[in-house]
Amino acid sequence: MPISRRDFLKTAGAGLGALVLPSARADAAAGPTEAADSFSMLYDTTKCVGCRACQNACKQRSNLPPEFDGDKLYDMPKDLSADTWTIIRLYKGNDGISFVKDQCMHCIEPACVSVCPVVALEKTPTGPVVYHPERCIGCRYCMAACPFGIPKAQWPEPLPLIQKCDFCADRQAQGQEPACSEVCPTGALISGKRGGMLSIAHQRIDENPMYLKHVYGETEAGGTTMLYISHIDFAKLGFPELDDRSLPDITWPYMKAVPWVVVTVATLSTAIYQFTRRREKVKAANGKKPGKEG
Amino acid sequence: MALRMGQLRLRRYPIGPGMILVWVLGALGLSVAVYRWFVGLDSTTALTDGRGWGIWISFDMMSGIGLAAGAFTVAAVVYIFNLKEFYPIVRPTILTGFISYILAALTLLVDLGFPQRIWHLLIYWNIHSPLFEIGWCVMLYTAVLAMEFSPVVFDALGWKVPLKIIRRITIVLIVAGVTLSTLHQSTLGTMLTILPHRIHPLWYSGLLPVYFYLTAIAAGLGMTVFESFLSARAYGIKFNLNLLSRLAKIIPYVLGTYFVLRMGELFITGNYMYLLKGGWPAAMFIAEILGGVLYPLFCFIDPKTRENLDGIVWASVFVMGGLILNRINTTLSFFSGDFYLPAWSELAVSIGLTCLGFIMFDAAVRFLPMFPEPKPEVTKSL
Repeated sequence: MPISRRDFLKTAGAGLGALVLPSARADAAAGPTEAADSFSMLYDTTKCVGCRACQNACKQRSNLPPEFDGDKLYDMPKDLSADTWTIIRLYKGNDGISFVKDQCMHCIEPACVSVCPVVALEKTPTGPVVYHPERCIGCRYCMAACPFGIPKAQWPEPLPLIQKCDFCADRQAQGQEPACSEVCPTGALISGKRGGMLSIAHQRIDENPMYLKHVYGETEAGGTTMLYISHIDFAKLGFPELDDRSLPDITWPYMKAVPWVVVTVATLSTAIYQFTRRREKVKAANGKKPGKEG
Repeated sequence: MALRMGQLRLRRYPIGPGMILVWVLGALGLSVAVYRWFVGLDSTTALTDGRGWGIWISFDMMSGIGLAAGAFTVAAVVYIFNLKEFYPIVRPTILTGFISYILAALTLLVDLGFPQRIWHLLIYWNIHSPLFEIGWCVMLYTAVLAMEFSPVVFDALGWKVPLKIIRRITIVLIVAGVTLSTLHQSTLGTMLTILPHRIHPLWYSGLLPVYFYLTAIAAGLGMTVFESFLSARAYGIKFNLNLLSRLAKIIPYVLGTYFVLRMGELFITGNYMYLLKGGWPAAMFIAEILGGVLYPLFCFIDPKTRENLDGIVWASVFVMGGLILNRINTTLSFFSGDFYLPAWSELAVSIGLTCLGFIMFDAAVRFLPMFPEPKPEVTKSL
C-alpha cells in the first residue's frame, strides 16, 4: 500500500500535480549538519531486563509527577503521556518475551518540527528535538503528524502544553549522557554519536544470529537518532512500518510552490479582468459612451 | 419606531420560531465555549492523546472554510470575468463568506490550547508548515472580506470618502481574495498530505490540495444557492431562480473534473482494492461519491432540474453535504487514532457557532441595506 501511494505521488508530481507544483524536489528540511555526528541512543531488546530504571530516571530528571497504580504504591504508567516521556513495555508472544522502550525517536527530519506553525518544536543541530512551551499555541498538529505518536498534551490543564522526551538536551550540552541511558545497568540502552551507534548495532547483528537483520530507525521516516535492534519482529513490538521517505519531504514541494501559485493566480486574474473590461468598453463604445467600471 | 440613521436602521422583518430556536442554541453554544476556556479541553471534549482533533476541526474548520468558498468564486465571476448580471448576489454571498471566516476564527479560539497566543503566527514563522500558511491566508482573507463588505456599511452610514476609496481598490481586493482563497483552500489539503500514516488510503492522496480546492468551489456555489433560498424564505424576497441556475452551470465542470481525477487516481494507484474489501470505509466512500458528487453533478447538468426550485436547492444541499462528508471521512471517521464520539459539549459548540452565523447574517439583513425593504404581507418567517 505505501508503495502504490508513493508511485502515485511520483506520477502525480510528473503529471497532473505539475500543474500546481512547478518545483520538483524538496531539499532536506533543516537537520543537523551531519546525521552521523548527532546525539543518538541504541536500545537492544536482548539486553533489557525491564527494571525501568530509565523510566524513573527520566521522571526524576524532568520532575514529572508519578502515574500511580491502583494501590497507589508505584509509579505505573500505562502508556506515554504528558507526565511519562519514556516507558518500558512488555511484549509476550509465541516467539518469546521482550521488553521495549518507547520515547521520542528524534527524527533526522522530524514531521512535528516541520508542521508546527509557530516553531515551538525545534530540531537542534546536535540532534535533540526540543519544545519551546512559551511559543506553543496548542493546535496539536504535531500530535497528528508524528508517525510514532510521541507528542502528548496536558489534557487536564486549562492551558495544555505539549510534552515529550527532549533527549536531555541540557545534559548532553554539558557532556553528560541522557538520564535514561546513564542509569541503564545492563547496557541495553547506550548513547553516543549516531554513526558510532549504527556501527555497534550492525556489529551485534552480524555477530549474533538471534537478531533480526534490521536496525529500526536507520532509514525509517528518513532516519531517526533513536535506534533499535531486536530479536522480535518490530511490528509485533508496536513499531509502525514506515518507508524511507521523510514526512516533511512530502509537504515541502507544495509549500515551495506557494510563491508561484500567488504569482500565477494574481497575474491570471488581473489579465482576465483587463481582457473582460476591454471587451466591455469596446462593446459600450460601439453602443454609445464608454461604460463605467465595477 | 425604527432607529433612523440614513440606511442604518432596524428593518421589521418578522421573527419566526426557527429564529428563536437559533438564538437559544447560539447562546447555549457560546456559553459552553466560554466554560471550555475556563476548564480546558479534558472535561469538555472527548479528545485524547490518540485523537487530538475532533469535530471542531473536521466540521467547523475544514468544512466551514470549504463551504465559504462561494465568496471568492462569485466575486471572481462578477468582477474578474465581468459578468455583472450576477451582481445582485454579491452582497449576501460576501456576507456569508465573511461570517463563515469569523466563525472559523472563533472555532479556532475554542479549539486551540492557547487561544490567547494566536498572534504568535505573526512573529514565529515556519514556512515549512502548511498551517502557518493557512493561518496567514485566513487572517488576510478575513480582512479582505471585511473590506469587500464594507461598502454596504459605508453606504448605510452615508460615508462618501471611505466608500470612494474602497470602490477604487475593489479589483485589487478581489484579486487578493481570489489568490488568498486559492492558497488556503488548497493548503487545507496540503496540510493532510503529511499524514499518510493517519488517513485511509481511499482518502489519502498527493492531489488532496487539488481535491480540496475543487470541492470547495463546487460546494461554495451550492452554499450560495442554499443561502439565497433561505434568505428568500425568511425575508420574503424573490428567489432569483433564473440567475442562480445560470450560476450553478459552473458546478458540473468543477465537480466533473474532481470526479474524473478522483476515479482516475483510484484505479491508477490500485486503491480500488479497498472498495472491494467492503466495510465502513468502502460504504462511506461510495456514499460520498454517489450522494455528494454524482447526484448533484447530474442535477446541475440537467436543465430541467437546475431550473426548478426544488431541484436546484436539493442539488445544492447534496453538494454541500458531500463536502462535509468528505472532510469528516478524511480527517475524522477514517483517521487512525483512538475511538472518538464527540462529547455533547463539542456538539453544542459546533451547533451554537453555526447558529451564531445565522444570527449575524440576520442582524446584517435587519440593520443594513442588504435586500429590498420588507413588505409585511408577503414575508414568511424562517
